[in-house]
Amino acid sequence: MKVDKKTLENLAYLSRLEFDEKNTEKMLGDLNRILDWIDMLNEVDTTHTAPLAQMSAEINNLRPDVLKQGLSHKDGLKNAPKKDSDYFRVPKVLE
Amino acid sequence: MNIHPDYEVVVGLEVHAQLKTNTKAYVSDSTEYGALPNTHISVITLGHPGTLPKVNEKTVDYAIKMGIATNCEITRHNVFARKNYFYPDLPKGYQITQDKDPICQKGYIDVKCKDADVKRIGITRIHMEEDAGKSMHLAEEIDTLVDFNRAGVPLIEIVSEPDIRNTEEAYLYLQEIRRLVVYLDVCDGNMEEGSLRCDANISVRKKGETKYNTRVEVKNMNSFRNVQRAIEYEAQRQIELIESGKQHTIIQETRNFDPNTGKTAGMRTKENLNDYRYFPEPDLTPVIISDEWLKRVESEMPALPKALFDKFTKEYKLSDYDALVLIENKEIALYFEELAQITPNYKQACNWVTTEIKGYLNEMALSLEKFSLKPTHIAELIELVQQNKVSHSIASQKIFPILVKNPEKTPEEIAKAENLLLDNDADALKSIINEVINMFPDKVKEYKAGKKGLLGMFMGEIMKKTKGKADPKTTNQILAEMLDN
Repeated sequence: MKVDKKTLENLAYLSRLEFDEKNTEKMLGDLNRILDWIDMLNEVDTTHTAPLAQMSAEINNLRPDVLKQGLSHKDGLKNAPKKDSDYFRVPKVLE
Repeated sequence: MNIHPDYEVVVGLEVHAQLKTNTKAYVSDSTEYGALPNTHISVITLGHPGTLPKVNEKTVDYAIKMGIATNCEITRHNVFARKNYFYPDLPKGYQITQDKDPICQKGYIDVKCKDADVKRIGITRIHMEEDAGKSMHLAEEIDTLVDFNRAGVPLIEIVSEPDIRNTEEAYLYLQEIRRLVVYLDVCDGNMEEGSLRCDANISVRKKGETKYNTRVEVKNMNSFRNVQRAIEYEAQRQIELIESGKQHTIIQETRNFDPNTGKTAGMRTKENLNDYRYFPEPDLTPVIISDEWLKRVESEMPALPKALFDKFTKEYKLSDYDALVLIENKEIALYFEELAQITPNYKQACNWVTTEIKGYLNEMALSLEKFSLKPTHIAELIELVQQNKVSHSIASQKIFPILVKNPEKTPEEIAKAENLLLDNDADALKSIINEVINMFPDKVKEYKAGKKGLLGMFMGEIMKKTKGKADPKTTNQILAEMLDN
């Protein structure tokens, strides 16, 4: 698998990351090296291996539908970069 | 619905139903609607690092119930997935949902159209997921305000096959979905408060075509009526584009419905970049549904509207119309069903429930649970009429209103106390009838000359004199006899 410039730009948009145009070639090289490395996994024969969704063998770790006090309003907003007495404030999102 | 005769509309609906649990899908915060902003929050809801969600077992029960009610296959091995996107009302940066192998698959519901045809609408899937928070974009504010109370509230998303062909079917489908979630008690079904939300996938094609054209997804319709309006508008728009040779401008996009204008408009999102990169949610264990679990949920299934409809029409011999009126409201249907266990007069029972009781509740803006009379009261009223002790109109207009305020009394006690019992004493009745006949010698002559319609006038006079207490059947009989002599 080879990442091209267009895929790189799309990935950057999806991750909300920006990088300097000058670094495009370096980023492409790094990303492709990472993918090549991951590609080694394809050398393993998985014909008879079931797909794995979870590392742990645990199942049905469920919780009863019972109310527990979470964070207070004050504590919840404490670390927000911007807030008022009711709400978290974020830069205006326009649709 | 008025569309070009050469075309047909193809619609699939996606319904999000907010589950009626006490706590959120993956954390124990309250789900209560209408609380002060950002008071039902926790580190998990706010997506703080290092926190671990845990599945609310009730959400699984509820999803299974809806699956059983819509004839779905229940997936035994369930995993959750992360759907990744950035939006301020989604603090984790992903929504926990199900991607492949949703909990319910391949079901259907049947709806009864006006022309009495039964239309089967396929259910592709029902999956469990979580709601997002609420962002407010107020004109007077430079910021967007975010409230996370709703973030993490459990949802099921019910996705239909593209089997819907017109607005009537869309309406009936939504009505049935709403009835089902309400009967199952898994969602309150309130569209205005957003507990039930609907998106529509709409395309059109020439009649006889077998492949689907490009579909458009329409959002923001908060009533059944608006879903119908959106389908009408969107179908018309697409047909006009095709007819004018601009089919290529119909693109797979999300359009917003404007309830004020009834129009849809494309949203300025970078649709081509909308890539959710689903992957298995590593923080939640798989949920394996055993035979015992499934059996337990099956045993908890209440009577569903379809089953009640069949029982009311087949066993109780009510008309389709009566049965539909009864099942429209779950409480009314169950009240009637209880009443039907204690009175054999099903038609009267139905009339009492759909006319007197519904009318009273509407007038007083009451719900049935606040209604003072039990089905036994109504059964006694029906019995009183059946025994000819009071007329139906006296029971309905005089006794019922008193009984509602005095549920500790019996209808018969009230009838006695208010002097409302029918007069069946033939001698007393005869003398009153005689009196009335003597008052109108001219009319008697006319009657004898063949104007039989005058019987009603005499009856009216007798009823006036007896204040409605004369038993109509007996009176009618005696009156006719006396006049004919």
